[in-house]
Amino acid sequence: MNRRMILFRVGQILVLESAMLILPLIVSLIYREWVELLAFSLTIIISALLGLIPVILLKPKNKVIFAQEGFSTVSFAWIMLSLMGAVPFTISGQIPNYIDAVFETVSGFTTTGATILNDVETVSHSMLFWRSFTHWIGGMGILVLVMAIAPSGGGRSIHILRAEMAGPVIGKLVPKIKNTAKILYIIYFALTVAEMIFLLCGGMPVFDSVIHSLGTAGTGGFGIRADSIGSYSPYIQWVITAFMFIFSLNFNLFYLILIKKIVPVIKNRELWVYTVIVFLSTAIVGYSVYPIYGNVHDTVRHSMFQVVSISSTTGFSSADFDLWPPLAKAVLFILMFLGGCAGSTAGGLKISRLMLMAKMVRRDICTLLHPRSVAAIKVDGKPVDKTVLQSVSVYFMIYIIFIATVFLIISFDSMNFETNISAAAACCNNVGPGFSKVGPMCSFSGYSYLSKIVLSAAMLFGRLEIYPMLLACNIRLWFRMPKALSGKK
Amino acid sequence: MNIVVVGCGKIGGAIVASLVEEGHNVIAVDNDPKVLSDIENIYDVMTVCGSGTDCDVLRDAGIEETELLVAVTSSDELNMLSCFISKKMGAKHTIARIRKPEYNMRGLGFLKEQLDISLVLNPELLAAHEIYNIIKFPSAVKIETFSRRSFEIMEIIIREDSPLVDTRLADIRNKFKAKFLVCDVQRGDEVCIPDGNFILRAGDRIGITTPPAETAKMTKALGLDRKQAKNIMLVGGSRIAYYLARVLGDSGHRVKILEKDPRRCDELSELLPRAVIINGDGASQEVLTEEGLGSTDAFVALTGMDEENILISILAASRSVKTVIAKINRSELAEMARNLGLECVISPKETVSSILSQYARALENSMGSNVETLYKIMDGKAEVLEFNVSNDFGYGRIPLSELKIKENILVAGIFRNGSSVLPTGSDCIMPGDRVIVVTAGHRLNDLSDMFR
Repeated sequence: MNRRMILFRVGQILVLESAMLILPLIVSLIYREWVELLAFSLTIIISALLGLIPVILLKPKNKVIFAQEGFSTVSFAWIMLSLMGAVPFTISGQIPNYIDAVFETVSGFTTTGATILNDVETVSHSMLFWRSFTHWIGGMGILVLVMAIAPSGGGRSIHILRAEMAGPVIGKLVPKIKNTAKILYIIYFALTVAEMIFLLCGGMPVFDSVIHSLGTAGTGGFGIRADSIGSYSPYIQWVITAFMFIFSLNFNLFYLILIKKIVPVIKNRELWVYTVIVFLSTAIVGYSVYPIYGNVHDTVRHSMFQVVSISSTTGFSSADFDLWPPLAKAVLFILMFLGGCAGSTAGGLKISRLMLMAKMVRRDICTLLHPRSVAAIKVDGKPVDKTVLQSVSVYFMIYIIFIATVFLIISFDSMNFETNISAAAACCNNVGPGFSKVGPMCSFSGYSYLSKIVLSAAMLFGRLEIYPMLLACNIRLWFRMPKALSGKK
Repeated sequence: MNIVVVGCGKIGGAIVASLVEEGHNVIAVDNDPKVLSDIENIYDVMTVCGSGTDCDVLRDAGIEETELLVAVTSSDELNMLSCFISKKMGAKHTIARIRKPEYNMRGLGFLKEQLDISLVLNPELLAAHEIYNIIKFPSAVKIETFSRRSFEIMEIIIREDSPLVDTRLADIRNKFKAKFLVCDVQRGDEVCIPDGNFILRAGDRIGITTPPAETAKMTKALGLDRKQAKNIMLVGGSRIAYYLARVLGDSGHRVKILEKDPRRCDELSELLPRAVIINGDGASQEVLTEEGLGSTDAFVALTGMDEENILISILAASRSVKTVIAKINRSELAEMARNLGLECVISPKETVSSILSQYARALENSMGSNVETLYKIMDGKAEVLEFNVSNDFGYGRIPLSELKIKENILVAGIFRNGSSVLPTGSDCIMPGDRVIVVTAGHRLNDLSDMFR
């Protein structure tokens, strides 16, 4: 394995992170938060130094990476990113405990939005900004960003793109990976700015609109008020609903619109299935919560907001849905697992996987009835490769085992059943809030350190779709390697 | 530049690799999703699965905005049709691989014109010509002609007894009284462009250029063999063998072809009345000895198996056949064969991919860059570029010795008013000249790129 190349990439990530930290540093200057200023400057220095060592000393001669290296790079980079990103919280004393700070940062980068802060309104502006900015960075993926700005690392970097982007099949938009990454980030940035403008038009303060745009773009969900979005005007809630929906769509569709190819967008099955699921869920939730609100507009607004927020795995809330009737909660709970479309910033299983699984079920039932029947599975008119189908079913199995394991471990804490199962689901799917004691108005602070570490790992597993992290756990990969392959000739 | 490559087999894969290396936006089209996923994992390309003659597939590949379409599937007809369709759909240039001899006879020009194909590739014919060049001049490993044959680079290997051993390059002019220039040296795996203080050693592979008029003088001075090969033995009756036997026969060589398959032997004997066709296994030592391996001047191994070609070439070399040439498709095997002592190795795949990157650069130059033509030498490790010097060239009329030229770049030839000058330190580049530059490790897009 080409370990030098992995270290080199991780070094690049750390340098990039120290550059990213300049933004919250500026925010701390604006709001004259001197302790935070110190915390950010210290972290910038540490991160830059740690990153520059491999970047300067370990210039790898052999730039060839294979799937192994791609996966390891991604998981290792994300772990380092989170560990380093937690440092300012601890230094500034805003989250004095480092494990708590790591939980918060992982939750940020993985765009989960689960918090251990009991009172978010006492946190300083610059820390709030950094928290939400991690959403934005983690949403599209930091290695994709590196690929967009760093000189091309050769053709095999597709392995990195595959490991970091979510979905069963990752295609390029344009022949060059660097340009693909650039286009993705340009779309991402433009949509974020668009949301900011819409929010500003609705009379939201500048700081709030920046925070909420960053949180929506990454489908993260860190807010700055105790009741999340609840106390903002209906207009703002609708704008956020719309953008949460937009960011959970496949970014390839935006590119197609950009190059004026509308027909494939309209014909995209995943988009339609997702839209139908959202509207259907809204209807059921609306039916269930109508007695609470008593009028159609509030009912539609709140149920739609919550449905989109959960299905896009964002995790903002406009109402305390923990107080809603069981039917509404059941729908929201199921939506946690579905997630958004492939190729978006959302977490969860992804609609395209569900579609493939549903088609496989239909095919297998058909084979039971007509044992000799041959039926190809098609998506958007194109046959799907057998290996893809197989990997989808295997992924589903691992996904279930993974959630069950997390659920089991955190159940050792003395929380109730509903809390535990929803916390496991919310973290593994990068949603954020769950029910009961981890509901939208509560926090994860009640869990023990072990559970917080497990949940942090769960968020990383969920964000990177399990495999990269699973491979990184394989210690043999790191230590027992033949010398000839380790990059030293 | 956007380039669509249809068909990603042996040749297609090599083409994709070299085009990506050149920095183009490559879209690979193939029927087989497995082949495509392999290609996508290794190279930075986009892939589209489907037939290259399917309009929808071509549209998916973005044919409307494509500058160049290269159709290199195994079927000539498919390639032609694919070129025709994509040209109609908006591709600016098309290249087709057409290798059946029946298309390559008289009808080719007509086909090309009617289907509006910009370039026809015939890897076997190209390889045959490359082999022919070597046979024509036995001491050289390779000969490349540039600029409408007015400029040649000859690759030779310095033997122990060559007068060039331990010579400082700066002393060459005094020592040999012949005008020639050593433009690149390969020692081990490294290719460099030497300066005056470079000392040649036995075993170096060097590229020499000389004005055509001085060639005879130079070969004499260097003690190179100019005796033409008379008896030539080809093993394997492939398409290359057919094309090669035809050109060799036309220029008066005696050609013997060994082929295992009796039916192919019949075909060949019909097509090549002048050649001697032997039905026998070329891999068998007995057959080779019986057919007079010891008395042949040149031996060419052209069977379909790389390994077989290497082995029988080594055998031929051990029987002191002067020129031994092996056709090897896989590049890693070619390197191994060289380590085993086979000097002349021909790879049709590489020939084609280098022609394509030349073509792509030439296309690009019509869109901005100033490179007139480009050739790859030393297995792609060095490049020869031809530039036209424009009137606003800033370094004109300054002697070359005073220009600060980057390392590993050499001005190897200047053409002025129809005659070529072998440049020395006192020559200058003038507006209106054509300049040949040899470089290793740089990518030049303009003549001024070569200065510090």
